[in-house]
Amino acid sequence: MLAILKREIRSYFYSPIAYVLIGLFMLVTAIFFTLTSITYQVADFNGVLSNIEFILMIIIPMLTMRIMAEDRKSGTEVLLITSPTKITDIVLGKYLATFGVFLAMTVISFIFPIILYIFGKPYFAPLAGGYIGFVLIGAAYIAIGLFASALTENQIVAAIITFVALLIIRIIDPIAETLGGVAEIVLKWFSLTTRYEDFNRGILDLSSIVYYISFVAVFIFLTVRIIDKRRWSQG
Amino acid sequence: MIEIQNLTKTYGQIKAVDNISFTVNKGEILGFLGPNGAGKSTTMNIITGFIPSSSGKVTVNGCDIMEEPEEVKKKIGYLPELPPLYMDMTVNEYLTFCSELKKVSKKVFRSQMDDIMELVKITHVKNRLVKNLSKGYKQRVGLAQSLLGSPEVLILDEPTVGLDPKQILEIRKLIKALGKEHTIILSSHILPEVSAVCERVVIINKGKIAAIDTPDNLSKSLGDYSRFTITIAGPKNKIVDNLKEIYGVKYLEPQHSGEKEENSFVVEADKEIDVRKPIFHKLSELGYPILELKSLSMSLEDIFIQLTSEEKGEV
Repeated sequence: MLAILKREIRSYFYSPIAYVLIGLFMLVTAIFFTLTSITYQVADFNGVLSNIEFILMIIIPMLTMRIMAEDRKSGTEVLLITSPTKITDIVLGKYLATFGVFLAMTVISFIFPIILYIFGKPYFAPLAGGYIGFVLIGAAYIAIGLFASALTENQIVAAIITFVALLIIRIIDPIAETLGGVAEIVLKWFSLTTRYEDFNRGILDLSSIVYYISFVAVFIFLTVRIIDKRRWSQG
Repeated sequence: MIEIQNLTKTYGQIKAVDNISFTVNKGEILGFLGPNGAGKSTTMNIITGFIPSSSGKVTVNGCDIMEEPEEVKKKIGYLPELPPLYMDMTVNEYLTFCSELKKVSKKVFRSQMDDIMELVKITHVKNRLVKNLSKGYKQRVGLAQSLLGSPEVLILDEPTVGLDPKQILEIRKLIKALGKEHTIILSSHILPEVSAVCERVVIINKGKIAAIDTPDNLSKSLGDYSRFTITIAGPKNKIVDNLKEIYGVKYLEPQHSGEKEENSFVVEADKEIDVRKPIFHKLSELGYPILELKSLSMSLEDIFIQLTSEEKGEV
């Protein structure tokens, strides 16, 4: 698992992809930071966090598209599967590598709250909560991207599947509100974004943390199953 | 060492591998021969655990690939048809990654690394990116990868495909040398390669085994006539007329003759009868000297075509 993790992280930084995506993320964050915190002179970063969550919809598909698909296309999948490393470890290694890049991206964005701390006194709890939520929702999105990447050997297709899936996840909330009643309650319970908003208000709900982690685990499991199933059905 | 029993692989309606069984002994180089699409790669993919079989059993040193995949995979070094290389790594990084993936201990890896690179002659390119290497070097890096952790079994799927003649000779020599310490299964559709390198040959066609034997035995056992070429100084037509009359000669085919009065023929004769003596006496009677006589044993090529061609039943 460690070998895969190291290789994948390196691979992200060998190509321009990680730099471009981190740059894009920083740019968008900086724009929202200027538009809200600086323009309105408020020492609050949570507004920015809830706004920049949407850019993950673009960044995550591009980050995850190659993660499984590339190995299939280039034939290196044979090397991975015929090695004594378990498929679960391979998938886990790849997931953690992508998550690592995402985490690095998040850590770099700490620069903005630090600026706020220099010039003002923002509350720490909602900021910490907001970031924990941001990391968790990112983790869930990456799991979806990982799964999509295992479905196809075409990276573009993988990116599009992930993008559509994330789009649907984001519009579940308005759909739920329109439906109302039991459907609303059920959909909101499953919704990744509703729980994220709670975190952003500084509510650290253990059940939500468990929900996100379970969500990731389910998708990693499904990815392993997909790879295993394909071995049975094709050569 | 490797036992394959009643192995079958079906894709929907198609049987890619149909109930094949054979064993590979320890320290043996086994050639796996067949036309394209015969099921060579599928069989190799099953032995290495890349794809599961539909039915049947593969054991390596007594371990079943389905039951103890990790154990078996540790014993096998695999070079697939397309070498599984990461283009964005240098050779050094790639081999380091592979050894970690194969769970080769750091100590063993450090002691092996230089030897392996020396063996496949990639030491001087170790700091170059894999994507910048030529096809031949990529193949060697792939081979180096399969040697990591000195697995007991090496499975090489068409290791010389796409290489230039000099490289092919080098790789063959290397495989022969490796055969001293490893058990090797080598697939190929290039026949001289198999007869040059392998001790035993499995010929596979349409998923079924057509023959298993040593290359020598295969050429002896097949064919119910003996063939030789003969070059004679003398007029063509007269020689043909006379030789055809000799008892046992079944077929006579004149070849292109280089010089006048010097004619070559391919002679096919009954296996039981040695026609060379009567031919000699006849020609000496006529006063036409024999300049050359060379026996043609049936080449692996002929056997291969005979075994795998459609008209097999009628031949």
